[in-house]
Amino acid sequence: MLKDITLGQYFPGDTPAHRLDPRTKILITILYIVALFNAKWLVSYAVMAAVLMTCIAISKVKPRALTKGLKPIFIIVAFTAVMNLFFTSGTPLGAGWLLSHITVEGCWAAFFMILRIVMLIMGTFLLTYTTSPITLTDGLEHLMNPLKKIRVPVHELSMMMSIALRFIPTLIEETDKIMSAQKARGADFESGNFLRRAKALVPILVPLFISAFRRADELATAMECRCYHGGEGRTALHVLRYRAADYLTLVAFAALVAGIILLKKAGL
Amino acid sequence: MSTMIETKDLCFAYPAGENEKPQTALSSVDLTIEKGTFVAVLGHNGSGKSTLAKHFNAVLLPAGGKVYVEGRDTQDEELLLEIRRRVGMVFQNPDNQIVANVVEEDVAFAPENLGVPPAEIRRRVDDALAAVGMSEFTRHAPHLLSGGQKQRVAIAGVIAMEPACIVLDEATAMLDPMGRREVLETIEKLNRDEGITVILITHHMDEAARADRVVVMNNGRVAMDGAPRAIFARVEELRAMGLTVPDTVALLYDLKQAGWTVPLDALTPDECARAVCACLS
Repeated sequence: MLKDITLGQYFPGDTPAHRLDPRTKILITILYIVALFNAKWLVSYAVMAAVLMTCIAISKVKPRALTKGLKPIFIIVAFTAVMNLFFTSGTPLGAGWLLSHITVEGCWAAFFMILRIVMLIMGTFLLTYTTSPITLTDGLEHLMNPLKKIRVPVHELSMMMSIALRFIPTLIEETDKIMSAQKARGADFESGNFLRRAKALVPILVPLFISAFRRADELATAMECRCYHGGEGRTALHVLRYRAADYLTLVAFAALVAGIILLKKAGL
Repeated sequence: MSTMIETKDLCFAYPAGENEKPQTALSSVDLTIEKGTFVAVLGHNGSGKSTLAKHFNAVLLPAGGKVYVEGRDTQDEELLLEIRRRVGMVFQNPDNQIVANVVEEDVAFAPENLGVPPAEIRRRVDDALAAVGMSEFTRHAPHLLSGGQKQRVAIAGVIAMEPACIVLDEATAMLDPMGRREVLETIEKLNRDEGITVILITHHMDEAARADRVVVMNNGRVAMDGAPRAIFARVEELRAMGLTVPDTVALLYDLKQAGWTVPLDALTPDECARAVCACLS
């Protein structure tokens, strides 16, 4: 049952989008977000939408996978839209209680807010859809490397993250096993109100935590036995290297940000 | 032949909990393991065999006495990495020793730690996976492999350090018979072809029977030490220590008790059958 959960939604593939260096992908995602938040009027949004469509087309991610990702944030989108609709000052839409509270500016603001959130989510999802969690961690570690100078434990953080990712399926399997064992002895996880069901989870969490600590201890010993001694002097099997395509993409996205800012100045 | 690991008057006790006496795990163990040999260490639970194994690559440090790995004192912190590189260790639970999400990344973990250049890591990873027969699983996710396969990946992860010795601390205990056979065949091959010293900590008698030498631990001491044939012929002593003997030896022992004149030192079913035949004719 629990095994069906997929975490770190990654769709393996071999498109130019998949082949980009993870650092490039993280950087262009940031640039994309900056551009998105500087978009002001229809022309800017049209440009951003065109960029997003192109990226989706290149990555060959099924559009349905992207729209599916939007479901959980539907409420937030609706809420923000309604808020914008009513609380933006300006000229009222018309007479009557409801229409006099909605402004023309509010309509536009709500419309752009929806566009902005939807495109934000789709853009960032595209990053995780085309980059495996481990490569993503790797890219983050390299990007944050300069932070080592101010004593941010970059290597340790990325090691923790990749080990956490590694143990998710193992711990899910274990939870499944513990639940089956408890069920076999008459535990009931399905009936009762919310509080009752939450209480029923305690007997699962306790053994799960104990076993996780034991695993951590054993893993630490095993890592030491394989000469792990922190990030110092470590090399890597896969070395990240920027290629021509990476530089081109970065330049293109920098140009996008500059263009959107120019459009903003022009009020478009 | 030169010495791989030597312990001199090795003593160890686990620190005491509240209101408890410290638990003596090893008392004056003197053991010399020659390079290139396949040594099995037997003993029931709590006999000190795992504690002994953890001294071989400085996971535990002696409370008394000394442990030398190729002449290097394990208590010398300067030599720690070199000692761990020379003596690799494989543990019981394969899930808890695999670090990465991809098989090849996991095998690369030790050489990465050692600062080996990327091209050389690539070569070592490919060689190690070939040596354990897991080349076709290079890009697989470890949690989808069987127990025996995971344990072979763990062995490959150790071989990638290019060690002189591999210690398997009950590495077959959690595996099904198929997985056990895969792992045993792998380590026998490494011992035979690559000349790697193998120290197999186990409580499976049939595994110990395949070694060159068997060391039996009891109450933190070396109780017996010798060739498998000689050791397993001492049926009563082994049973008194809570150990069983291989099925073949058990059968011959029962026959002997029943008045037959058979030898006790048959380790394979074939040998056993021949011994019984010889007695019958």
